[in-house]
Amino acid sequence: MSQTVLTEVDQTDPGGTLDVRSSRMRRLAVSSTLYIGLALLALIATFSAFSPGAFTSAYNVRTVATDASVLLVVAVGATFVIATAGIDLSVGGVLVFSGVVSVKAMDGVGGGSGAVYLGLLVALAAGLGWGIVNGLLVAKAHVPPLIATLGSLGMSMGLAQLVTDGADLRGVPGGLVDQLGLGRLFGVPWLVVIAAAVTVVGMVALNLNRFGTYTLAIGSNPVSARRAGINVDRHLIKVYATAGLLAGLAGYLNLARFATTTIAGHNTDNLQAITAVVIGGTSLFGGVATVLGTVIGVFIPAVLENGFVILGVPPFWQQTVIGAVLVIAVFLDQFKRTKNANR
Amino acid sequence: MVTLEPLLEVRGLRKRFGHVEALRGVDFVVHPGEIVALVGDNGAGKSTLVKILSGALQADEGEILLDGAPVRIPSPPAARALGIETVYQDLALAPALGTAANLFIGREMLRRGLLGRAGFVDKSAMRDSATASLERLGVRLKDIDSPVSDLSGGQRQSVAIARAVTWARRVVIMDEPTAALGVVQTQRVVDLVRRVRDSGVAVVLVSHNMPQVLELADRIEVMRLGARAAQFRAGEVTGGDLVAAMTGATTVGGTS
Repeated sequence: MSQTVLTEVDQTDPGGTLDVRSSRMRRLAVSSTLYIGLALLALIATFSAFSPGAFTSAYNVRTVATDASVLLVVAVGATFVIATAGIDLSVGGVLVFSGVVSVKAMDGVGGGSGAVYLGLLVALAAGLGWGIVNGLLVAKAHVPPLIATLGSLGMSMGLAQLVTDGADLRGVPGGLVDQLGLGRLFGVPWLVVIAAAVTVVGMVALNLNRFGTYTLAIGSNPVSARRAGINVDRHLIKVYATAGLLAGLAGYLNLARFATTTIAGHNTDNLQAITAVVIGGTSLFGGVATVLGTVIGVFIPAVLENGFVILGVPPFWQQTVIGAVLVIAVFLDQFKRTKNANR
Repeated sequence: MVTLEPLLEVRGLRKRFGHVEALRGVDFVVHPGEIVALVGDNGAGKSTLVKILSGALQADEGEILLDGAPVRIPSPPAARALGIETVYQDLALAPALGTAANLFIGREMLRRGLLGRAGFVDKSAMRDSATASLERLGVRLKDIDSPVSDLSGGQRQSVAIARAVTWARRVVIMDEPTAALGVVQTQRVVDLVRRVRDSGVAVVLVSHNMPQVLELADRIEVMRLGARAAQFRAGEVTGGDLVAAMTGATTVGGTS
C-alpha cells in the first residue's frame, strides 16, 4: 500500500485533530464485517420467510452448521495466512493427505479404542508438517506463497493418491464416526462445537495476543515489522504451520463426518476458504483481518446453497452469486485502500 | 565548542560496496541535547552513515563510541538496545494498526502473569502509555485507536517520531522527516523535533532542506565524498557556506 502521497496541506485540520471524513472512513473499514453480517441475517430472514418450516427446522440448521464446520476450521487458518498478505492453496491436499495417513495409522494399530487418539495425533502432525514446509518455502526460500502452496497442494494430493492408489480408504473406526461425526453435545453436533472452539481461539489469538499483532504488522508492512525487531521469517513459518495444523484437524473431522477419505472432494477447498475469508472482510493485501468475518463468509455460501435447494432455485445460482459477492468484496477493499492512500 | 563529552562519536568509519567506497574514513559527533544536522549532496554517504548507526549496515573499518565507550551495532535491535532510534524516510509504520499498536510494535506490553507469558498483550496499558507519550510531545490525535492509514501525512510522521522518541534514551536519527509534507504539517513536525531535543534526547537530522537545517539545527556537519567536509555552528553560517562545503568549493570551513 502506498504511503508516499502525503503532500496535501492539512487545511481542514490545522489543530492536529482528525477531521470528520477520516473517522467516517475508519468506521467504513471496521464495518465491512457488520455489513456482511447484516447480509447474512437478511438471507436467513428471507429464506425463513419463504420456507419457515424447512429452513429453520432444527435438522436443517444442524445440517448447514455441520456442513460448514470443516470448511470453517480451514478458513480460520486461511484468515491468518491472508492477513500476512499471503495465500494458502494447499489446504485441500493437506486435508486429504492428513486424513489418509490418519486412516492408515488407525488401521495399522488395529482400530482399537486408542486408535482414534493416534489418528488425531497423526492427522495433526501431518498437517503441521505440510504447514511448516509451506512456511519454510515462503519465509526462507522466498518462493511466492501462491506457487509454494500450489506446489504443496500437488505434492500432498499426489502422495495421498499414491498411498491409496487413488481409491478412498474405508477403514475409519466406527467409534470415530459415531462419537465425533454424528455425536452431539447438548444437541449441538461435536463437529460444530470443535469448529466454534477453533474460531474462538482464532479470535483471541488475532485480537488479544502478540501472535495477531505480529501477523497484522507483517501483513501491513514487512519491512517495518523487521525493523521493529519482529522475527518476520519465524512468524511467517508459524502462521503457515498453524494453517497446516488446522487443515490436518479438518482432515480428521472430515473422516469423522464421511467415514472415508473423500479424496476427490477437496479440489476447491482452498478457493472456498479464500472466498469466505475475503467476503468476511479480511484484506487480500494483508494487514486487516477478522475471524468473525470469516465465520460469516463461510456461512453466506452455505446458507445460500441450502436456501436455494429448499426453495427449488437451481443451486448453480449459488456459485454465480458467490462469485459476484467475492468480486464486490475485493473491489470495496481496493476502493478503501485507494481512498486512504490518497488522503 | 566541545564543552561536553560527546554522546555519540564516530571515528574513521569506512564502508565499501564492491568498487564503490561510500564512506572514506568519516568522523561525526553528536553532543547531548543538541540537534545536529547531517547534510551533503546525493552520494555523499549520509544514508550509509545513518544505516551504520541504526544497525542496518556494518562498517568495514573505524569505531563508534557511545558515552566515550566503543560499541558495536550489529543489528537494528542492537541499536535500539543502545538507545539509538531511527525515523525512516518511509515511516515504517503498519498502516492497518492503530497508533498505540504502532508505538509498541515489536515491544508490546504484555499482561501480567501466565497470560503475559503466553503472549497476551495489555491493550489498555499500551493505550494509556501511548496517550501519555503523545501528550508529552504535543501530538494531538482525535482517536488513538484508528488505523494510522486514516491519519494525515503529518500525523503519521508525528506518530513515527513519537515512537522513536518513546524508546530513544540517547539519540534519535531522522532521515528527511519533512520531505513529503505540506507547509502546515512540516511546521508541526519541526516543532516536534525541537520538543524532542528539549526532552534531552539528541537529534541527528538528515535533510536536504537548507532553510530548515539553518532554522532547526544547533550544529551542522557537512559530508562530501564519504568524509566530513566541514562543521558549523548554527548562526555562524549561511546557506551559501553550506552549499560551498557540500560541493567542494571550500574544503574546510567553519569551526571544528
